[in-house]
Amino acid sequence: MSNTEKEPLFSPKNIKLLTAPLGRNNPITVQVLGICSALAVTVKLKPALVMALSVTIVTAVSNLVIALMRRSIPERIRIIVQLVVIATMVILVDQFLKAFAFDVSKQLSVFVGLIITNCIIMGRLEAFAMANKPWPSFLDGLGNGAGYGIILVIVAFFRELFGSGTFMGYPVMQKLGIYSVGYENNGMMILPPMALIVVGLIIWFQRSRDHALIEKK
Amino acid sequence: MKEFSNRYIYTFSIIMVVAVALLLSLAATILQPMQLRNLEIEKKKSMLESIHVIATKADAEDLYDKYITESYVINSKGEKQEGIDAFDVNLRAEQKKPAEEQYLPVFKAFPDDGEKVIILPVEGKGLWGPIWGYVALRSDMNTIYGVTFDHKGETPGLGAEINTTPFESMFNDKTIFQDGKFVSVGVLKGGAPDSDPHNVDAISGGTITSKGLEAMLSDCLVKYNEYLSTNKN
Repeated sequence: MSNTEKEPLFSPKNIKLLTAPLGRNNPITVQVLGICSALAVTVKLKPALVMALSVTIVTAVSNLVIALMRRSIPERIRIIVQLVVIATMVILVDQFLKAFAFDVSKQLSVFVGLIITNCIIMGRLEAFAMANKPWPSFLDGLGNGAGYGIILVIVAFFRELFGSGTFMGYPVMQKLGIYSVGYENNGMMILPPMALIVVGLIIWFQRSRDHALIEKK
Repeated sequence: MKEFSNRYIYTFSIIMVVAVALLLSLAATILQPMQLRNLEIEKKKSMLESIHVIATKADAEDLYDKYITESYVINSKGEKQEGIDAFDVNLRAEQKKPAEEQYLPVFKAFPDDGEKVIILPVEGKGLWGPIWGYVALRSDMNTIYGVTFDHKGETPGLGAEINTTPFESMFNDKTIFQDGKFVSVGVLKGGAPDSDPHNVDAISGGTITSKGLEAMLSDCLVKYNEYLSTNKN
């Protein structure tokens, strides 16, 4: 990107940074990263949304910070620097949640701290932000955070709907009145294995739609 | 990638660490009042829950003032202690003191059904971290009016079930004394019949949390033995 001509902020290339992780380069379903937290916080939709938002913010801002500093970061300690930046961001997010969204912070409890170990963030810093300008890095972070978040939200939607019969805490199934005809919530949906199975189903669905994702033998 | 000297690397790390430390302590200091307030509201909400009053963040303080009108601190002999507010007692810190020096908070509540209830805080250890709760006793100082439990980080779906209504409601109407002797309420693996006055069903897959909860109830409530025996009617 060393052309003298200034690149527009939302050039096709930059837009692609934002959209690719939502589909063909999704961190969860294609790169299979960040699975651990996808299991943990997807029992209910609300914590999943907050987790998605928090990870997006942390990824985007850390990407931006690292991209700004990329020329001054000594290569020998770059991983430590990346970790410090991520950890700082995560602690800030945690402090803000505790002050302004206490209920949510209680539900997420230890998982907020675990954002630090989310491989997607480290992966983006190391693979993208260390070698790219701030603005594309920021977009890349937003895109990957959102790509992670969208899967989290889809999984949480199904797990909450079929596991607890609610949507954002609203008793949908009860209002539909299907308990009286013998319907029961599936307790299995609340347990972690179902998160993996739902992620698996999403991967299956995505691959059946997009054949380019299927590896050639 | 250009080469950096050792001096550069050291300077870089020092500046980075100091800047981050400043930023974080600033954020923590500024946000602390709001966080403490949230904790206070949370505590009031839990206490109200133990007498079956469901409060929201907005009305917790009003409801607390309405229902929980009196509170005081006693010692293990049941004598009232002056100069300390029951709401401010930190149970975890108290438990580290010798038994006779511990402050034991008592809260009096008057729910809508006319019962006179005392609320006793309990605190113990679960599998991953602290668990705590509030036990509300009827005026016979024996029958449980209601309980509420909470935890810092028990496993969701397993140990974390202790703060769900189905688990908590099993404690209603259990008794903690048998023929005048303190027996607490046990948590039984394999289930306890409804007719059993001193036991409830444990959580499948949450054995250590269940055991911790059982120990928490007997350890904390036994300290009130004197007080409960002398004040029952």
